[in-house]
Amino acid sequence: MNFPFIKYYKINYLIVGTLIIASIICLVIFGLNLGIDFLGGSILEVNFEDRPSNAVIQEKLNNFGLGDTVIQPTGEKGIILRLKNIDENTHQEILSKLGEISKIEEKRFESIGPTVGKELRQKTIILIIISLISLLIYIAIAFRKLKWPISGWQYGVVSVVTLFIDILIPFLVLVILGKFHNIQFNIPIVAALLTILGYTINDKVIVFDRVRENILRTKSENFSETVNQSLNQIIGRSLGTGFCTLMVLFAIFFLGGETLKYFSLTLIIGIVVGTYTSLFIASAFLVSLDNFKRRNLA
Amino acid sequence: MGLFFKKTKAVGEREDFRDKQRSKIRLIMLGIFILLILAGSLDYPNLWDKGIDWINTNVGIKIPHFYKLPFKLGLDLQGGTHLIYQADLSGIEIGERDASLDGIRDVIERRVNIFGVAEPTIQINKSGESHRLIVDLPGVTDIHQAIQMIGATPYLEFKEQKEQTETDAILKKQQEGDEEALKIDPYFKSTPLTGRYLKKAQLVFDQTTNNPYVSLEFSNEGGKIFADLTKSNVGKILAIYLDGVPISTPRVQEEITGGKAQITGSFTLEEARELAQRLNAGALPVPITLISQQNVGASLGHDSLTKSLKAGLIGFLAILIFMIAFYRLSGFFASISLVIYIIILLAFFKLIPITLTLAGIAGFLLSMGMAVDANILIFSRTKEELKEGRNYLDALSNGIKRAWPSIRDGNFTTILVGLILFIFGTSFVKGFAFTLIIGNLVNMFSAIVITNYLIKFFLKSGAQKTSKLWL
Repeated sequence: MNFPFIKYYKINYLIVGTLIIASIICLVIFGLNLGIDFLGGSILEVNFEDRPSNAVIQEKLNNFGLGDTVIQPTGEKGIILRLKNIDENTHQEILSKLGEISKIEEKRFESIGPTVGKELRQKTIILIIISLISLLIYIAIAFRKLKWPISGWQYGVVSVVTLFIDILIPFLVLVILGKFHNIQFNIPIVAALLTILGYTINDKVIVFDRVRENILRTKSENFSETVNQSLNQIIGRSLGTGFCTLMVLFAIFFLGGETLKYFSLTLIIGIVVGTYTSLFIASAFLVSLDNFKRRNLA
Repeated sequence: MGLFFKKTKAVGEREDFRDKQRSKIRLIMLGIFILLILAGSLDYPNLWDKGIDWINTNVGIKIPHFYKLPFKLGLDLQGGTHLIYQADLSGIEIGERDASLDGIRDVIERRVNIFGVAEPTIQINKSGESHRLIVDLPGVTDIHQAIQMIGATPYLEFKEQKEQTETDAILKKQQEGDEEALKIDPYFKSTPLTGRYLKKAQLVFDQTTNNPYVSLEFSNEGGKIFADLTKSNVGKILAIYLDGVPISTPRVQEEITGGKAQITGSFTLEEARELAQRLNAGALPVPITLISQQNVGASLGHDSLTKSLKAGLIGFLAILIFMIAFYRLSGFFASISLVIYIIILLAFFKLIPITLTLAGIAGFLLSMGMAVDANILIFSRTKEELKEGRNYLDALSNGIKRAWPSIRDGNFTTILVGLILFIFGTSFVKGFAFTLIIGNLVNMFSAIVITNYLIKFFLKSGAQKTSKLWL
């Protein structure tokens, strides 16, 4: 089997380019639906013995001056309330007000101050940047022996650029889900995005490793051919590992409960995208870089 | 003759070499087996205990039961409350700040202990200019009461002894079961002197004996009250209470005027420091405000735990089926090594111990998928080697050698991300990152050592012909 991975690179660039532009547009227009982890605010989840309609609940809450409140039914008897950051006394008062409607059981309450949220926002951005930079450095070191046709640090740059795509596209899906299904961007999702980094960098490194080995072993003159051959050699592994990981993630998505649902969805998208970019984008970038260099020399 | 002699030596050498190889494989298998028994018993001590009980009764020796360690579950899985307080230290001198933070922590700890929380943790966290106290209360779901207790200002008071007749009367009533009397302290009664009048307490060392003692300094008004109290209580105990609990019961030796006093006695350094800290907590109360709280009901936590474990089991079975379907006998051994991987990882969770949060479990489940990666890499390489006409065993050895750089680079990059998350992440992300790192290390070990030697151990030389069955 010799599948032409590189040949149709223009189509793949077009697909990825469109997705990147779409992500940026969506992000600008819709914005991220940040959860209380990042903005500060409160979440209250209660189970009613006999769940009333949202209007009844809203009426009970009117006197508190809470501003924007979102009431979301969950499960058979539960509701999730999203409110601004409230203090403990208001929390207790709300509970007793809700208790007047029907007997309630409090399942979860979170209240996060705005400063904590802001700190976390900054920390997360720093975290992603540091991760990408150190991966760049690691790969540059691991591939330092390669001089032809492109040098080690360029492998690093290519992988970091594709990694960026790998997290941008799940991001796009989250922005859309946030807009239309009120799925909030919270810490578990950040953890998922960072895990995507960890997983797909692995994918890229394995492609590059094979390319490295083939360059050092065959001393072929045709870089594009070498890359394509390497991809054909590793595709079995790429699909096998991807498939195993996806099976676990699908199990979590369908059976793992509400909290892990969007965590696993983010990972599923990231791994599918990551496997695709390793096979079709990162490798094509290598070849394009080489072509670009040649054209400049000529 | 010479030719004949040479040949036997060569064959002999080869057999010698094979014997050595075989005994090495056997030794490693034994090591893996022992590791498995130990890790397995740590995960689930009942199995060991039952086996040992059977042996003990039948053989008549006494082997102890296995060491029992619980899994540490995070608040999101067992239910509980996570509180973050901001401490306002503006009223405290800069040099005293660390000590006064320790003081509030001590106060909160004592209050929480009265509340009967199983394993509370209270951490001091400095982020930039702000000082925070992070209080984790597992199992507490009625947070209202907990929050009120923690947030209340510490109350320090000095109490004097009651008259002996009064004490006797109260004790007698208490013995008779008078409910009113049970609420009264039979020994001490309140005085006007409270923490408000105490300026500060300090740990000091005696210049001649070098013994530690605690010095007290009262305000002007406080000094006067203290003088009156000591005058009327010479020879008696003047007890110091913090939050209604006695922290020190010194005896008054003489009337003390001038607002300065010292508490001496056979203190250890630690005891003296603690007493000074507690006195200060009452004298210079640091206001704390609740800035963030998270509360998970026990039922929700339990629900998340069972659901995620169920998902994990299904995912695990799916991986086994996939591995065996695609890589046959080799896949079967890889599956066994995946089981061993899980057993070892769970043992690590208990040993270190890692607090398992929902994210940690998700990381663990995810790592199962990634754990087979190294195996898959090795098997794909081995397949390539087989195509080049090598026998299965050589192909496997070469496969491992060739796959190693990829396994190394791939896993190290993941570990690198894990380390960054661990160093810079919040507590939530830390648990997840730790799981990821340990998972990756154990997974390299399981693919390169365990799967490899399992296959070599079970592969007989005759199996060469049936290599289709092996991969």
